[in-house]
Order: sequence, then structure tokens, then C-alpha cells
Amino acid sequence: MNRNIIVSFGLHTMLVIITAMSLPFLSKKPINLPPIVSVELIQITDKTNIPFAPKAKKIIEKVKEKEKKLVSEQAPPKLVKKEKPDAVPLPDEKIEKVKEIKKKKQNPEKIETEVKQVSEFEKKKLFDTNSIAALIDKSKIESAETITKLDKTTQDQDKSIDFGGLSLSEEDALKAQIFGCWSIPLGLPYNENLLVRIKLQLKPDGSIIRSEILDHARMNKPGQGFYKVLAESALRAIKLCQPLRVPSTGYERWKELQLNFDAREMLEG
Amino acid sequence: MLFRYLFILLILFPIKAFALIEVDITRGNLNPLPVAVSPLSIDKNSRSNFKKILKKENLGSEISAVVENNLKQSGLFNPLNKDAFLQKPDIANVKPRFEDWNLIKAQALITGKVTFENGKLRVEFRLWDVLAGKEMMALAFTTVPNNWRRVGHIITDKVYERLTGEKGYFDTRIIYVAEEGPKTNRIKKLAIMDQDGFNNKFLTLGNELVLTPRFSPTNQMVTYLSYFRNLPRVYLLDIETGMQEVVGDFPGMTFAPRFSPDGKKIIMSFAKDGKSDIYTMDLENRIVERITNHPSIDTSPSYSPDGKYITFNSDRSGYQQIYTMKSNGKNVKRISFGNGLYGTPVWSPRGDLIAFTKLHKGKFYIGVMRADGTGERLLTENFYQEAPSWSPNGRVLIFYRETKTNSKGEGFSAKLWSIDLTGYNEKMVETKTDASDPSWSSLLGN
Repeated sequence: MNRNIIVSFGLHTMLVIITAMSLPFLSKKPINLPPIVSVELIQITDKTNIPFAPKAKKIIEKVKEKEKKLVSEQAPPKLVKKEKPDAVPLPDEKIEKVKEIKKKKQNPEKIETEVKQVSEFEKKKLFDTNSIAALIDKSKIESAETITKLDKTTQDQDKSIDFGGLSLSEEDALKAQIFGCWSIPLGLPYNENLLVRIKLQLKPDGSIIRSEILDHARMNKPGQGFYKVLAESALRAIKLCQPLRVPSTGYERWKELQLNFDAREMLEG
Repeated sequence: MLFRYLFILLILFPIKAFALIEVDITRGNLNPLPVAVSPLSIDKNSRSNFKKILKKENLGSEISAVVENNLKQSGLFNPLNKDAFLQKPDIANVKPRFEDWNLIKAQALITGKVTFENGKLRVEFRLWDVLAGKEMMALAFTTVPNNWRRVGHIITDKVYERLTGEKGYFDTRIIYVAEEGPKTNRIKKLAIMDQDGFNNKFLTLGNELVLTPRFSPTNQMVTYLSYFRNLPRVYLLDIETGMQEVVGDFPGMTFAPRFSPDGKKIIMSFAKDGKSDIYTMDLENRIVERITNHPSIDTSPSYSPDGKYITFNSDRSGYQQIYTMKSNGKNVKRISFGNGLYGTPVWSPRGDLIAFTKLHKGKFYIGVMRADGTGERLLTENFYQEAPSWSPNGRVLIFYRETKTNSKGEGFSAKLWSIDLTGYNEKMVETKTDASDPSWSSLLGN
């Protein structure tokens, strides 16, 4: 009886040892790998109000002062000009010109180079640097008079021009310029409808007065991250490219332009 | 009568109307986006604390170097030279002077700061659109100081996602087979490292030949083939505990294992009597299920990301080609029809593409095709290369490449390489030893 128990015990022990031996690395120490620590991500934009750098502050103040000076210095001549045509009858063209000057000079903000783009942080911004640039660049506003002159001349010339659109060579020149500026975000899917339409308002020299994304509402819709990325890249391309290579004549034709950015062809390879 | 006059007037004096001119922009450049990575600022107190713990002189600069290297390696970004920066790193607390960054042609800017808080590492960073003069993103996070390299990877992932629209792949690891010794007597060990080649660790001792390691979706387990006691079988390894076990009780050779997308099953090949079929094993109840039953060699199975389909290679047509089928083994379809032999198909995490190795006229290619077999594109060609594995965002492939030996049998090496879907950004992944059979983990933070 006892012998059978001993034999059974021995055989069972052997079985356990054989099983243990057949499992590889059973006695091996645990691998010393650093544990994966979860990282908590916190949105800090809402909490933090970043001040301007001291240098930037000074620049802003200077710009503001300049702006005041410019308004006070430039305003009186406008009024004088306005009164004169009333007293002395002038040709129609000149009256129109003076009226336009008045409009543009009294509301300089309307001309500032601005990109219409809604961001979740936009409202909390203290000051838009684009507007600083626009204020510094007073030459843009001062050129209003010359622009009007240019408008007149080009309109006269336009009578003999086709109003249909840009010629092939004009369009190719513009395309070629923007191709060079547009860094396509390569991570975008090629099988989705990602067409970004941007309407531009241009100056005669091709610089941008205003740019507007036509499907603007799509920018902040949930699940439209790809569209937002593509739209931002298109806006960057326009900013980088300006002044755009526009024809030297026919301003009336192309003062408003729509660019359709479609990356599918490139992404699909 | 009045209308008639008006109509005649309109014909005689048409109103000058300009239709809005539309220009289609269908092409752009593939040049990397110029990005300025400003070193993360660090105060004196934090600097000395981190120096004591991590032996790093300036942790802010070290983290930003990780970010910069990641962005550069991606091929989509061009980190600008720091010597050209006009603003100092202390801009973390102020709004950047965009004009200065515009001057050096930066289109995006990364700023931030590092602080030592209650023994932990706190990092704040911001991403700025330089041309629009806007903040695109601002985040902060806290972790243990030893995790500082991961901090760099997480920052890169966030920046990458914000600028490209797709998830990043930088906070990930790669498991591979580290190889040492002469070609005829190679010692092969399982090894794991960060995707940038740092934090390399060996998981096995090299006593047995190991092949084809694959991560589980949670990155905690690894399945691989080991020739323990010269019997090739599929094993399962828990990375944290180091515990291993044989997968299934098969009376023969099992190989080419891979996890199902939910991590509940392992799919593999089982060879017997000169043919091999595809089987799955449920890791919960250990039930084994046969998926294919054909008198041919069916191997290298890989699930689609939704788990509904499987791609594999088979010689049932007479030559090795790629097939797809439903996960229950039904509806088998051949999808590769090009010249040459096709193998090692791997379904992209995005589900749209299948990567493969192709052998044609003595050369090896790594390529991709759509799941229905159309749109085949060969990304890279070489003397010998195989075993592609996808990055978790389905944008980059990692594979290994072997070099020719000379007449004396010398000069052999095996190295890991990566290539993105464009086929342009091909880079060698640095490893301490020779390396083969890489497998990319999913994002560690997920």
C-alpha cells in the first residue's frame, strides 16, 4: 500500500517537474521595463491669458499713436476737398473720386488685411497682430486715391476686354504661384470630399484685402478635423504667396476671385 | 407697352456684370512644412532639480530636441535651425513676435516651458500659426521625470495631429528580433525600443531562435515564434511580468502569429503533412478554430481593423498570391494579380490598404494595394527586404532589409527601415545590433 503511494507520489512529482521544464523561461526574472505612465492632458488656453512681450507692447502703443496722428493730420484736408466740389461744379468723375477717398480714409479698419477664420481661442485674443500690420502699413490706405484712379483707367480699358474670366496664361501663372506656396498636409484621406473654397478680395497689385472660407461653418464642426487642417493650409498658402500674380489690367474682372483648393489628386498619388 | 420698351432698352444697353472667377488649385508642393521648435524654457530651480534626478543639464532643450527629431524623421516637417531664432526660449510666457518668426520663414512655432512641481515634471506647450498670427493649440501635462522622452513624443503627436489632421505615431514602441554573430550562427533575441530607437531592452536571452514578434492591441502582450527545443511553436509573452506560455496544443509546427484587433484571439498557421492552414485560438477559453482547409500552403494571416476580414497568402493558384476572406473563412478571394510572388500581407490600421512583400525578377519590393487588390503601388525596391508592419496611424511602414554578403561570406547585415506612403521618405531606424522582423505597437497613451 505504502509502496504504491510512494510510487504514485514520485511519478506525480516527475510529472510536475517535466511540465515545469517544458515551459520556457519559467524561472526568468520579470523584464525590467519602465511602466507606462498615463499622461493627463489639460487645456490651458482658457485659463491662461498670455500678455504681449514688452517689445510688442511698445510697438502696439507706437502704432496706436501713429494712427491717432494720421487721422488728425489727414482728416482736415478731406473735409476741405469735400466742400470744394460742392461750391464749384466739377465733372462727375471727380466727385465720385472724392467720395471714395472719404469713405476709405474714415474707416481704415475695413481695408485691413484680415483672414476670416474662427478659432476657439480667437475671442480671447487681446489684439490681432494682423491688424497691427495693417495699421503700420498705412501706405495701403493712403493709396486709396491712386487705386480709384487705377480703377477708372482699367474700367475704360476693360470695354475692349473679355469679361468671361482670366485667360489661360493668366490662370496658369496664378496657379503656378500658388502651387509653390501650398504645402499639402499629406496625412489627409484622399477618399473624402475635401474641397476648400476661398473667396478673395484683391488689390490691383495682387495683395489680399480680405479672404473668406466659403464653407466656413464646416471649420468648427465635430468630425471635420481634416477639413480644418486643409483650410488652414490653404490660408497659409495665400498669405505666403501674396501679392498674387494677377494680370496687370482688368482689375474689375479679378478684384474678387475664388480659389478652390482640392488636394485629392495629390493625395491619391 | 412699357415692358416692351424696357426689354428693348435692356438689349441695347446691357448691364455690365462680372461672374466670380474661380481658379482650381489641384496641386501643391510636398516640401516639408518649416517649423520652429523653440527650446522649452526652464527656470533655475527646476533646472537644478532635474539635473540631480536625470543628470540632464537642460531638460527643456532635451525635450525639444526629441520633438525636433521626431518631426524631422516624419518627413512632413522641416525643423528650422535654432541659430536663426531671433526670440529667446523665454517666450513661453508671452505672445511670440510673429514678424521675427516670419523672417526665418517658419510657418508653425512650438513654444513651452518645463517646471519641477512636487517631484514631478510639468510641461506646458503651445503651437502657433505664424502666418495667421494665431494660437493653434495649448496643452499642459504632468508626469514622472523619468518619462521625459515620452513627453517629447506626446508633444510631437499632438503637433502632428493638429497640423496634418491625422493621429501621430511617435509615442509608440517597436518590438523586433535583435541579431548578432555570423550569418551561419546567428543569435536572435526579442528586443523592444521606442520608435526613435531609444530605451532599447532585450526580452529574451538568445538561447532559442525567435521570429515574427507581434504586439497585442493593448501593447501588454507579445506573440512570437520560438524554436524552443527545436520545436517551432507560437508563444505568448507578457511584457510586464515576463511570463510566457505556448499557444495551443498543436501536434506540429505553428507559426506566423498575430493578434485579432480586439486582442481576444491569436491567428496563426499550423503546418502538417506538407500543407499549412490558418487557425485561431481564443485566449479566454483556449478553443481552437480552423479557418482555412485547403491542400496548399496558407500562411501570414492578418485581420482587417474591424475584425470582419482576414488577408493571407496562399499558393493555391500555383504561385504565392494574396487573398482575402471573411473572418469565418468563407468567401475567399484572390486580390493580387501582378507578376511575381506576393507575401506577408498586413492590413492597414486605417483599413483602406494592405501592405505586402513582392518578389519579382530576383528583387524584393515593399508595396501597398487597396483591400480589393486595385491600386498596387511599389514603395521601395532592394536586394532583400520583407515583413512590413504599419505605424498605428497607417501612414508609415517599418520593415527589414538585408545586405548581400561578399564572396568570403562577409558583410552581411540586417537593418530596420521605414518608409511612408509617398515612397519618398525612406529612413534607416537605428538599432544597436542587426535587426529583423519589426512590429509597431499602437499608441501607448491609448
